[in-house]
Amino acid sequence: MKTDKVMKKIILFILLSCWYLQAEAALTIEITEGAEGSLPVAVVPFGWEGSGTGPGQQIARIISEDLQRSGRFKTLPVADMLARPHAGSEVEFRDWKVLGMENLVVGKVQPHGTGGYLVRFQLFDVYKGEQLTGYNIPATERDLRATAHHIADIIYEKLTGQRGAFATRIAYVISSGDTADNRKISLIVADADGYNPQTIVSSKDPLMSPAWSPDGRKLAYVSFEKGRPAVYVQEVFTGRRQKVAAYKGINGAPAWSPDGRKLALTLSKDGNPEIYVLNVGTRDLKRLTNHYAIDTEPAWSPDGRSLVFTSDRGGKPQIYRVPASGGKVKRLTYEGDYNARASYSPDGRLLTMVTRQGRAYRIGVLDLESGGLQVLSEGQLDESPSFAPNGSMVIYATKSRAKAELAAVSVDGRVRQRLALQEGDVREPVWSPYTRSNRREP
Amino acid sequence: MKLRILTIVPILALLLLVGGCASTPGEGSAGDGASTGGFGSGDGATTAGAVEGGSWTGSALDDPASPLSTRVIHFDFDVSEIRADYRDVVIAHGEYLAANPTVTVTVEGHTDERGSREYNVGLGERRANAVKRLMLAQGAFETQIVTVSYGEERPLALGSDEAAWAQNRRAEILY
Repeated sequence: MKTDKVMKKIILFILLSCWYLQAEAALTIEITEGAEGSLPVAVVPFGWEGSGTGPGQQIARIISEDLQRSGRFKTLPVADMLARPHAGSEVEFRDWKVLGMENLVVGKVQPHGTGGYLVRFQLFDVYKGEQLTGYNIPATERDLRATAHHIADIIYEKLTGQRGAFATRIAYVISSGDTADNRKISLIVADADGYNPQTIVSSKDPLMSPAWSPDGRKLAYVSFEKGRPAVYVQEVFTGRRQKVAAYKGINGAPAWSPDGRKLALTLSKDGNPEIYVLNVGTRDLKRLTNHYAIDTEPAWSPDGRSLVFTSDRGGKPQIYRVPASGGKVKRLTYEGDYNARASYSPDGRLLTMVTRQGRAYRIGVLDLESGGLQVLSEGQLDESPSFAPNGSMVIYATKSRAKAELAAVSVDGRVRQRLALQEGDVREPVWSPYTRSNRREP
Repeated sequence: MKLRILTIVPILALLLLVGGCASTPGEGSAGDGASTGGFGSGDGATTAGAVEGGSWTGSALDDPASPLSTRVIHFDFDVSEIRADYRDVVIAHGEYLAANPTVTVTVEGHTDERGSREYNVGLGERRANAVKRLMLAQGAFETQIVTVSYGEERPLALGSDEAAWAQNRRAEILY
């Protein structure tokens, strides 16, 4: 294992090939902290068996960047490679041992069908000289990036034992425009690496609190477009939407139940903010909390049996838990005088939340079993944490140089990265769940 | 980036003060009488004599010397009680509404950017309600006052320092 110290301030710009320059709002990802013990891996530019240049280099670069970005891997620069094999039969393992590589990825792309591709790749253990896995994956021009992310997921899972989350997506809110006339607030859906940003709603008025449905096909969010807040549910792919809550007062903080049938909401129609559960199909509405304090920011446990929420019933905002069927409320956080906007890790063992440390608002993770709170971020105004669907990282919003940006941190706090958008203030990132298109095996 | 933000501030401030939620038509949503009936942000101005004669003999709302000319109420950090220096202003607005029962008003609650967004929506509502309660105590009618909380979503001042935060912790009274 290399003895690299924590690699502070190593900046890795995701290269923008001409091909992707049209994605003007693409995120630039910088890894601001590295980690000891990351696994050395070489991803050789894939070969191309058709005419012209082909997509082989692009695919290998996406795979390499995904692995690097996870913080679990240290990838070998292409310029340092002693050979460029495209298939197992061409690999001399010596060439890679010399460079300290433990794993090697090679592959090639063939034209396939009309305008399609066949992407083949193999993953090797360099020291054992064995293939660990390999696949042939058909792809179209449109899903080449997605195919590369799937390959990265397969490699990640093979080498870490944990499911990858590269082929997932994120939603976030961006505010842009510098005059009253062109001020625009948009809800964006993008690939987890920030590419392919697509606006699904935009408004001159605030948009807030996007929440993915468990199947990854819908987003619930809050819009002030009518001069007061209402909760909408929008189908991500068709753009169709319906208004599900527009009561007097606050309509906010939507959160899907794990079965996708219900939305927890904050409504103040009865006087002050309380948590309600709306059955989206039947429109049946059930009140869950009853207190004169602010009760808001509900989030379901992965088993659907309980919800956590923010309440200042104890004087300051803290996290509480209530059974989904209603009943006795239990306080979960005692450390510090500000804990808010909690959400569960996919395995239900951790809560991530905003926690105040002195004057700074940071991202914390609470271990529900031990009760220990670990602070993961270092900003002054960090907010809106959201777990990756494999629980490996938390994405959140931070402020640096008076600009709001997205950042992600590994759950152990060792690897931190900034996702800097070129324009506008970015906030409220939410990581999508796995969807049916997240093939575990191709 | 900073330059760009600085240029927005006065424009945004103007927009918020003048425009407010003037673009809001009568709400069509189910069953809440309080929010229907057109916010009528123009009501105060159009009924005023100012349009004809350039004076405010018709409406105290247009008199710059009246406490009614103050439409932004500031709050201390993490507090929704109305500060002593703003009580007279809110009372004056409440008395004006009581004396003019056809006039309606929107009270917007806002917070600074610190902390979580939905919790701030809750705090903003508390501030708007504190203003509304004091107005009701002067004899204004429930149906005259609509409250909306924007939380931290519509800052008056951009920037992340105490001066900006102090400006942003506010309730706005929009006729």
